[in-house]
Amino acid sequence: MKERRVVRELLESKQRIMSLSFVVGIVFLVLLVRLWHLQILSADDYHAMSENNRLRFVPVAASRGAILDRAGTVLVSNRPSFSLAVIPQEVKDKEALLTQLSTLLGLDRTEMAERWEKNKGRAKYYPIVLASNITRDHVEIVEENRLRLPGVEIEMKPVREYSSKQLAAHLLGYIGEISEKELDVTGFEEYNPGDYIGKNGIERALEKELHGGDGGRQLEVDARGRVLRTISESSPTVGNSVVLTIDAAIQKQAERAFGDQAGAAVAMDVSTGEILAFVSNPGFDPALFSGKMPADVWKTYLDDKRHPLENKALSGQYPPGSTFKIVTALAALQDNRINESTSFNCSGSYDLGTSTFKCWNKRGHGATNLRKSLRESCDVFYYNLGEKLGVDKIAAAAQAFKLGTPLGVELLNERSGLIPTSEWKLKRFGKRWFHGETLSVAIGQGAVLLTPIQLASMIATVANEGTIYRPHVVKRIVDADGKTLRESKNEIIGTAVFPKESYRLVKQGLLAVVNEPGGTGAMARLPDIKVAGKTGTSQVVKLRDSKYGTPYQYRDHALFVAFAPFEKPEIAVAVVIEHGEHGGAAAAPIAGRILRAYFDGKKPVRKDAAGSAGSDESNDDNDGTSGANSVKEPRNNGDAAHD
Amino acid sequence: MIDRRLLTNIDWVLAGLVVAVCLLGILNIYSATTPYKIIGTAYYIKQFYWMLVGMVVSLMVCSLDYHILEDLSYWFYGFLLFLLIAVLVVGKRSMGATRWLNLGIMNIQPSELMKIVIIVTFARFFNSFQAAGGLTVKEVLIPFSLLAFPAALIMKQPDLGTATLVILIALSMILYVGLRWSTIMTFVSVTIPMAWVGWSFLLRPYQKNRVLDFLDPERSRLGSGYHIIQSKIAVGSGGFTGKGFVKGTQSQLRFLPEQHTDFAFSVFAEEWGFLGCLLLIIIYLSLVLWGLNIARRCNDRFGSLLAVGVTAMLFWHIVINMGMVIGLFPVVGVPLPFFSYGGTSMITSMVGIGLLQNISMRRFMF
Repeated sequence: MKERRVVRELLESKQRIMSLSFVVGIVFLVLLVRLWHLQILSADDYHAMSENNRLRFVPVAASRGAILDRAGTVLVSNRPSFSLAVIPQEVKDKEALLTQLSTLLGLDRTEMAERWEKNKGRAKYYPIVLASNITRDHVEIVEENRLRLPGVEIEMKPVREYSSKQLAAHLLGYIGEISEKELDVTGFEEYNPGDYIGKNGIERALEKELHGGDGGRQLEVDARGRVLRTISESSPTVGNSVVLTIDAAIQKQAERAFGDQAGAAVAMDVSTGEILAFVSNPGFDPALFSGKMPADVWKTYLDDKRHPLENKALSGQYPPGSTFKIVTALAALQDNRINESTSFNCSGSYDLGTSTFKCWNKRGHGATNLRKSLRESCDVFYYNLGEKLGVDKIAAAAQAFKLGTPLGVELLNERSGLIPTSEWKLKRFGKRWFHGETLSVAIGQGAVLLTPIQLASMIATVANEGTIYRPHVVKRIVDADGKTLRESKNEIIGTAVFPKESYRLVKQGLLAVVNEPGGTGAMARLPDIKVAGKTGTSQVVKLRDSKYGTPYQYRDHALFVAFAPFEKPEIAVAVVIEHGEHGGAAAAPIAGRILRAYFDGKKPVRKDAAGSAGSDESNDDNDGTSGANSVKEPRNNGDAAHD
Repeated sequence: MIDRRLLTNIDWVLAGLVVAVCLLGILNIYSATTPYKIIGTAYYIKQFYWMLVGMVVSLMVCSLDYHILEDLSYWFYGFLLFLLIAVLVVGKRSMGATRWLNLGIMNIQPSELMKIVIIVTFARFFNSFQAAGGLTVKEVLIPFSLLAFPAALIMKQPDLGTATLVILIALSMILYVGLRWSTIMTFVSVTIPMAWVGWSFLLRPYQKNRVLDFLDPERSRLGSGYHIIQSKIAVGSGGFTGKGFVKGTQSQLRFLPEQHTDFAFSVFAEEWGFLGCLLLIIIYLSLVLWGLNIARRCNDRFGSLLAVGVTAMLFWHIVINMGMVIGLFPVVGVPLPFFSYGGTSMITSMVGIGLLQNISMRRFMF
């Protein structure tokens, strides 16, 4: 029975192939008949339709989300920008149209003609922009004369507006047309050439949030390019807004304090990791990058040896100099090499083998204990520690602070800095570590490099005695209606474990730096708040020609790290002045002013604070370049100068 | 790796037809993408690379005796079901649907693989199941449930095009095995109410719109019927001899959507006219008939079923895509094999061709 079914099955299936082939033939014939119908019988009709096809797709870019400071002050938003465009295929007489436009609007005829010429190769239905950023008056004139201007269109697109001009330019970043390279990057598949994308800073790092969803309109237009009707429309969805941890008031004061000095400053909340101010100076005008950048402005940016386009707070790596003595001291305390009263004699130099290492103070500091070594920044004290500890123990202490790795701030291109170890040198250069190099590392020179963010994180961790928070600049993401979508968490990324007593001793030393006679950081002192800090002056090159003054690019960097209030730390600050020469003189006053701005902002409504109260009236909601704040500046300078 | 004797048996007719379509396709993609601003490698070059990759894959598939598939088929099936579930859970969203699975090094589309796996699974099932005189209702229940799971999972993504194809491939194979009249009658009386349920509850609004557009393109000339109308204008305006290479106004002015992928045939029809279409259709018809011929010549039932399945896969892709472009079918995202731009479609189709080669080459080995 089964056998028979098998044979029958085989025969049947061969037959069935034949009938399937027949069916296939019929189906293909149907396709051909349909093609015959379309391409031969109705060819003329369809040909006419293709000639008159004037349906056009106009993409509508989504409105980008805003960027706000922690108090809700708008830092970046959008404004509409109009441009004048023509659709070549709908223009009958190009020359006449150009003349008409230039007389109607008073625009430069040759410039418009040039732009037209440049875009000649493109599809004829594609609008060519003849003039961008035209005024509302121009828009009105064009609208009134629509009928006489066939093929002319007004295009509207949102443009980034930076309410506070250059404020926090590096942090905010700017947007620009997507590049070919970016189009290839995964994650940007949905972007088209010509789309705008965040190029750096927050604009780039939070592109996905800010961008929103683009929409488009399918239009039917008549032969003159007038829109007859909208065939279909998908409306764009507005991007989410980003609320930063930055406090615009502090940021403003910090930037003003820099003046035209190059450098960076980071102010951080000690118990959250929130970055309150993020300065990289000199800044730039981000609005220029979103539009057409004038060539001469571009050239001044590039030629400026202070490198205004560099984000120094995020990507600048500096030898920390004496600020690193904090780490060396903690390493020595932990290793029981010193205690509170251990004292070394500083004669102004230190001999190791055949070489001599100098203290910055040639006359020497005499007998020096930990507190004095920090206060007066004695190098010889730390040469002693360096020789006793060896480089790897210092490195271990630095690594406990997560130095030498990126700390995970939201921005792209955060640098890792460098904490040298003997193993690192062997791997990198194939050479063993020399003892003398350890002495340089002990005072934050040699190969040691830190970013301003790392410096701020380090001093914040000292202030809170060991908890390392992830430095972050984004507080929350809100939607277009202001509803909170996501809130950033305060994330602990590590713990720098040292005995409480060690922290206490070091912090006492840091208090002395600012508040005791002979302290190097006196210029950061505040009258009402106890500030603790450490100066640093880091060598850029070894040789210096002091006789004729040092050329700018060879001058030392000036650093200052600080926290306050001493008793119950709230804010930590790191300031780096490139080629500022002396940490105490150049960086400390700026740190002082940042701290001042923070504590001023904290005071509730300062009704009773007489005199200066008027000067601080909330300038959050206007652009802040108002002169009101300047009243306060001389006072700070006065403080500093008097020490 | 390949047995020398097999090489002499390569089916050159099959290989020649496939290469011919591929080359026409690349030529057409060149034209269809000229209005695009090209970023990086041009599409037609990429398609050429995909063709080469596809050929290598095809060679790999035919180097192993297809009979090992019989043992592996259910494992493949199970694994694919797992992947389809994984897509729904952790898949990558793009354009409103979740179809891709990110494997770290590459993205895969399990629903695409399911087309091949359903063929292998059905071939295995019917091979061990003699059904002379046609399948009874009871006998058809197991293959139906084998089909139902993957089809439902693919619908859920939602990917109507691929789901339809998987179902059509499976139904074609069942038809080849044969059904009793009573089975067909039962089937019809069950399907009609089910279709009603499907229409009312399962289809998504955009899918319903597409079907309604097909039934009456004028209904939403301004909405989703736009694709069909533009495509028909392109095809019709091509006339008898076409507007010429890179001269199609519809395609060069980009009135056509997805004109290098799903609507590639529309560009071709506009630029090469009825004559070009006739050529392409003859090549495709030969390919399908040759596939059936391979099935007929094959002397073991598993191979024969496999060949019918693969041929059905190619056939339905061709018919649905061309039917869509010329306004006979609703707009479903189905590519034209070897002709539309895209690596996924190229690889799947080439795997199919590899199987056909495999079966064709080994017919002398028994």
